[in-house]
Amino acid sequence: MSKELIHLSNISKSFDGQMVLDELNLKIHENEFVTLLGPSGCGKTTTLRILGGFAQPDTGKVIFDGRDITKVPPNKRALNTVFQKYALFTHMTIAENIAFGLKIKKKSKGYIDDKIRYALKLVNLEGYENRMPDSLSGGQQQRIAIARAIVNEPKVLLLDEPLGALDLKLRQEMQYELIRMKNELGITFVYVTHDQEEALTMSDTIVVMNQGYIQQIGSPESIYNEPENAFVADFIGDSNIIPAVMIEDKLVRILDTRFACVDTGFGHNKPVDVVIRPEDVELTAPSDGTLQGVVTHLIFKGVHYEMEVMAGGFEWLVHSTVMQPVGKEVGIKVDPFNIQIMNKPESEDEEAVAIDI
Amino acid sequence: MTSKNKWLSAPYTLWSVVFIIIPLCMIFYYGLTDKTGAFTLENIAAMATAEHAKALRLSILLSLVSTLFCFLLAYPLAMILANMKVNQHSFIILIFILPMWMNFLLRTLAWQTLLEKSGVINNILTFFHLPNINIINTPAAIVLGMVYNFLPFMVLPLYNSLSKIDDNVINAARDLGANGIHTFIRIILPLSVPGIISGITMVFVPALTTFVISTLLGGSKILLIGNVIEQEFTQASNWHLGSGLSIVLMIFIILNMIISAIFDKDGEGSML
Amino acid sequence: MKTAVKKIYIALIILFLYAPIGTLMVLSFNASKTRSKWGGFTFKWYAALFRNDDILKALFNTLLIAFLSALIATVIGTIACIAMTGMKRRTKAVMMGVTNIPMLNAEIVTGISLMLLFISLGFRFGLGTILLSHITFNIPYVILSVMPRMKQLNPSTYEAALDLGASHLTAFFKVVFPDLLPGILSGFLMAFTMSLDDFIITHFTKGAGVDTLSTKIYTEVKKGIKPEMYALSTIIFVTVLVLLLLVNLSPEKKEKNLQGNK
Repeated sequence: MSKELIHLSNISKSFDGQMVLDELNLKIHENEFVTLLGPSGCGKTTTLRILGGFAQPDTGKVIFDGRDITKVPPNKRALNTVFQKYALFTHMTIAENIAFGLKIKKKSKGYIDDKIRYALKLVNLEGYENRMPDSLSGGQQQRIAIARAIVNEPKVLLLDEPLGALDLKLRQEMQYELIRMKNELGITFVYVTHDQEEALTMSDTIVVMNQGYIQQIGSPESIYNEPENAFVADFIGDSNIIPAVMIEDKLVRILDTRFACVDTGFGHNKPVDVVIRPEDVELTAPSDGTLQGVVTHLIFKGVHYEMEVMAGGFEWLVHSTVMQPVGKEVGIKVDPFNIQIMNKPESEDEEAVAIDI
Repeated sequence: MTSKNKWLSAPYTLWSVVFIIIPLCMIFYYGLTDKTGAFTLENIAAMATAEHAKALRLSILLSLVSTLFCFLLAYPLAMILANMKVNQHSFIILIFILPMWMNFLLRTLAWQTLLEKSGVINNILTFFHLPNINIINTPAAIVLGMVYNFLPFMVLPLYNSLSKIDDNVINAARDLGANGIHTFIRIILPLSVPGIISGITMVFVPALTTFVISTLLGGSKILLIGNVIEQEFTQASNWHLGSGLSIVLMIFIILNMIISAIFDKDGEGSML
Repeated sequence: MKTAVKKIYIALIILFLYAPIGTLMVLSFNASKTRSKWGGFTFKWYAALFRNDDILKALFNTLLIAFLSALIATVIGTIACIAMTGMKRRTKAVMMGVTNIPMLNAEIVTGISLMLLFISLGFRFGLGTILLSHITFNIPYVILSVMPRMKQLNPSTYEAALDLGASHLTAFFKVVFPDLLPGILSGFLMAFTMSLDDFIITHFTKGAGVDTLSTKIYTEVKKGIKPEMYALSTIIFVTVLVLLLLVNLSPEKKEKNLQGNK
């Protein structure tokens, strides 16, 4: 990986006696698209605010490019932020908004004009210089907010749920736009969202957070395919999370039935949770399955059918392109590679994963 | 909702025509006629006489000074209040409305007691070995009375428009490199213009036209334009002259209204 | 340090606003009849107050006018707000412009204009003329309190009520009215307060022999204010203060505050 740019070291923060961040450690690299993902109240926005300098950590350090910037005010930091709901200056034109940071840095008129033109081109809003923010749509205001930030040539762009207020179609469009801009600018993006799909689509690295702790850091693929605990599994995509017992290496007992798996090193007869993605559950003839059950629900979802199968006392969520009617007896089979074993949570804090997403 | 609306608007429309529009027309009628009912501009021209012009000049001066003081006192206060993020918006309004439950004349009169030669304030000043103040029955006392009475009308619109500024807008300015002073001048001040204009209007008009504060705190020697007009109505019974002078006064008020209409289109700087 | 400066600043402003009120309260217990001398502590002005028919009459007039004018202004103002929601933009702008006149105009001009109106209509000056004037300057306060609520209102709820079989009137009183109520109440209170505190407009529209507390105090200024007046103002102020504290500290609100802090 490329050079380390930001290091959040042992950051703790509490509001009114309530712990929001607890001993958080995070490294962010140059030219990386990092997404902080988690439900509201997980501490992701606070982390971003500490990066931007809008909040001070109670303990810990923010290291930027080898320098401790914990106490540096926002206006002296080489990062810029795209705020939730844009926070454009409504009393200024688009051009004045974009020029704001440059004028403070006393750049020449010609330089500023060039920058405005370049930034508007980058966000596909050429010719909007003299419009007022109020006359633009939400998506356009969002682009201006990005333009206003990037003309200052920050090393890192912080984005706080920037697409939250846009409708679905526009959101998807902007996701591609953001990836394109990031590649064009060649800078680091730190992106905060609660939308797992957004995170999976855009990120190089996803940081899943809950209750002030980092639950898992990894690439979108590893987060999706190898969730480290039930929270991550439940938060990212649909999944079947089933309590189980690891009998020995590569053998797990799920719902009183033995399944082969590929994980090792959990010990003998250790209680664990297993995660099986709905698309990894194969429905077969009853005799071919490891476990037998009955289809209880069926919904057509477009890309696939979503079915629920009652088997072994557990309601299995199954995605398949092959339809099985309600009431049909089926067998359940899972490829050993698709059974993800997770340790049971130990501390009480980690236990707090009962979220309703 | 439905076409019944036309019928619903009738009571208020009727009321405003009878009790707002027609009375204003009456002032113009009286102001532009003499006692025989003939058209004349004399009542308006009377403002130019030495005595009236002096009263008007003093009124303008004192109301400008007190508006300025109100603004200087209220702006930092409104900023502090807006930053406190009390979710009890109404509580703050209450603090400034509550004094109105003590009669306005008595509250103003109380300043006499506070300001007297051997009054409370001078006693405190003496205690700290500071020079005493002696402003009772001077224009300074009138300004103090104006600032005291009209300060809430400056604070509330300012507080309202300042607390409407999104935190992130200020954060954005900081993020883009602005220091505290830059942020204030380029962002906070311009965004609070509706509140500033509304506050200035709400203070300047009553200060310009008051006759009570000058009567209570200025002794009987200092005549403001409000006192002149009041006397024309209650003592001299020259309604024509009084109305004529009022028309001149209304020019200032209308100017004020136009300015506030231009800067505060959406009523953002309103008091409530 | 910085917060300390802020707190001191707020405290100074509040001291400035409330110092005269404290002074009046102290004066109400002052045995000496002159304002400038402390003659010892006494309750005698409070006793004298209840024997002073003049003051009690003025108090009655003041409260009666404040209550009636606030009530009538609230009804007219609320109806006007409802009417304005369905109006064309321009008509509405004109109506709001007219509404702003009594707010922005000088009180002395409003007072004089109403006085001239009543004279030319041949009205007898008295409680009636005061009441009409107070309603006039109170309506804008009601409209400005109710209008923001009106704008927040979701028109669908009214239509939903109609859809569920309610008549226009039922739909209004069961669905729209409760949503407007906070605005209506604060408008009423605002109007009541403004009426109570008014002097200038009353001064021009009252008749001889009819007094509210304000006009009574004004006539007393030259002869010297009767200390009973201080006693009465103190009673009114303390009553309002206690009522407001009770409302603000009621258990229901406390719970809300606690939740707000979480």
